[in-house]
Amino acid sequence: MRNTAMNMVHKLATRDERVLYIGSDPGAGTLRAMSKEFPRRHLIEGISEAHIIGMSAGLAMEGFVPYVNTIATFLTRRCYEQVAVDLCLHNLPVRLIANGGGLVYAPLGPTHQAIEDIAIMRALPNMTVVCPADADEAARLMEQTLDWPGPIYVRLAKGGDAIVSRAEHGFQIGRAILMRPPEDVLIVTTGIMLQRALAAADLLAGQSIRAGVLHMHTVKPLDTDALLQSIRGIRLLVTLEEHVPSGGLGSAVAETLIDKLGSGLPAMLRLSLPDRFMHNYGSQDSLLKKHGLAPDAVADAIVRAAEVPATSSPQLHSV
Amino acid sequence: MNVIQISPHAEAALTCKLDERSLYLRRLVLGAVRSAGRGHVGPALSLVEIIRVLYDDVLRIDPRNPREPGRDRAILSKGHGCLALYALLADRGFFPVSELDGFCGTDSILGGHPEYGMVPGVEASTGALGHGLSIGVGLALAARMRDRLYRTFVLLGDGEINEGSVWEAAMSAAKHGLDNLVALIDYNKLQSYGPTDYVLPLEPLADKWRSFGFAVEELNGHDVGALRNALGKVPITNGKPTAIICHTVKGKGLPAAESNADWHHKNKLTDKELDAIRVAVGDF
Repeated sequence: MRNTAMNMVHKLATRDERVLYIGSDPGAGTLRAMSKEFPRRHLIEGISEAHIIGMSAGLAMEGFVPYVNTIATFLTRRCYEQVAVDLCLHNLPVRLIANGGGLVYAPLGPTHQAIEDIAIMRALPNMTVVCPADADEAARLMEQTLDWPGPIYVRLAKGGDAIVSRAEHGFQIGRAILMRPPEDVLIVTTGIMLQRALAAADLLAGQSIRAGVLHMHTVKPLDTDALLQSIRGIRLLVTLEEHVPSGGLGSAVAETLIDKLGSGLPAMLRLSLPDRFMHNYGSQDSLLKKHGLAPDAVADAIVRAAEVPATSSPQLHSV
Repeated sequence: MNVIQISPHAEAALTCKLDERSLYLRRLVLGAVRSAGRGHVGPALSLVEIIRVLYDDVLRIDPRNPREPGRDRAILSKGHGCLALYALLADRGFFPVSELDGFCGTDSILGGHPEYGMVPGVEASTGALGHGLSIGVGLALAARMRDRLYRTFVLLGDGEINEGSVWEAAMSAAKHGLDNLVALIDYNKLQSYGPTDYVLPLEPLADKWRSFGFAVEELNGHDVGALRNALGKVPITNGKPTAIICHTVKGKGLPAAESNADWHHKNKLTDKELDAIRVAVGDF
């Protein structure tokens, strides 16, 4: 996914002279072809994220569309004030291309595990937050970033994620994709948890629980219409995310339902990472498994929750 | 409170007299503070001559067309000094002088820190410190990449340059050889709590900027002639960004406020203080 997204920056740069790549200190050879073809628009600016965001703001004020790229935690935690003030307050079209969203950098420990990035980015006015599920979808997303007004945070996963997105679904920022129609249960997910949601839905089908899957690739702005339409008639709404429970997809969905429905909310199960730093290494998959987010554990949690009779009052469960 | 003495320019800043235009601009600043019952007085008064020379003599700008693409860009990175900027912008016709009376009002365009999109002539929203030089690097780099001739001026506070991001920006400006970028440091040697030398020593300040790749000049930041001369000949060195260290006096022109940290931010002015202001800068 990362290579695809990077190559898309080059492709967009070929088409549009406003496009800049700005890396802090990325891996050797990152976008080498672009650096040769467009040396003035391929900028490596050093481990100085606060400055890079401000500089990108200045470039965007003058009409450029900078694609700023580094590791997700450094692009969010390190320079949060610059993102808030220089990008969001000025509402500038800077794209934050975050490598290793979620637990991609599991073996590197908590400094590199981006587990609250969605929450802190979506809290900022004017920010758009998008989490593609696979490389094909990342390419379709990047196509859409050229003329989107305002800043965008793109949470990339790693390479080799199973391709589950489909070209016929197309891609529009802010428009969720209904991967499977809901009947008993709806799983709303984002990013690479889509693959786990689809696998869990397969497991549930074997237990006669028909689970739909809504891929909310854009967490902000949340596709309220798709959400409200998809929850009609379901017994259980599940959110599934590679993120702490505070402020991410589950929060966004719950907030939206409370705001739009007020009462008569569906029973809801929020599946997420725990509210703590990981202190575990291994791999993205091993940590997801450890925290109950592998497909079989997700399916089991849904079976347990689905056994609870639905009531008209909100039921918020969190793992 | 003692003020550190590290340059003859600092000495000169303390003793130099202000001309009628400088006193008039101070009356605008202090009038806004009187109306609002609040404002950063000391940080604005140390800046007046720097901003005055920039807007009167240096910047290629048109108040009737503040977004003209070829204009020089100026960013007040120490946004809390905005009263001096507002006074100049109003006087130059970017907006009516009467707007100053609404300073910090609910529906005013003039907040306690300047906002892009709210105030004609303001290039960037500032207030959080350590942002302006990076934005300025982006503006200057864009000019270079687009073969545009506009220049970028960034006004920084001395307390502000405690921020590490300023030095990240300085390294970047030098890397790109941005001789179309000028950093002006309002070196009044007094930050919110007290002397810069106590809070976080900056000396040797000129050497710091030189070692970060800037061409450096030091001057008395209340000396209009010296400012005109220095700003008229930038870049000092081709291929290098310029840093002009302006030795100033916090609260300059108002004896009670000069070098007095209590006047960093001032709430309601008392009758006694208003009388003292009239004695210092004239009736307002």
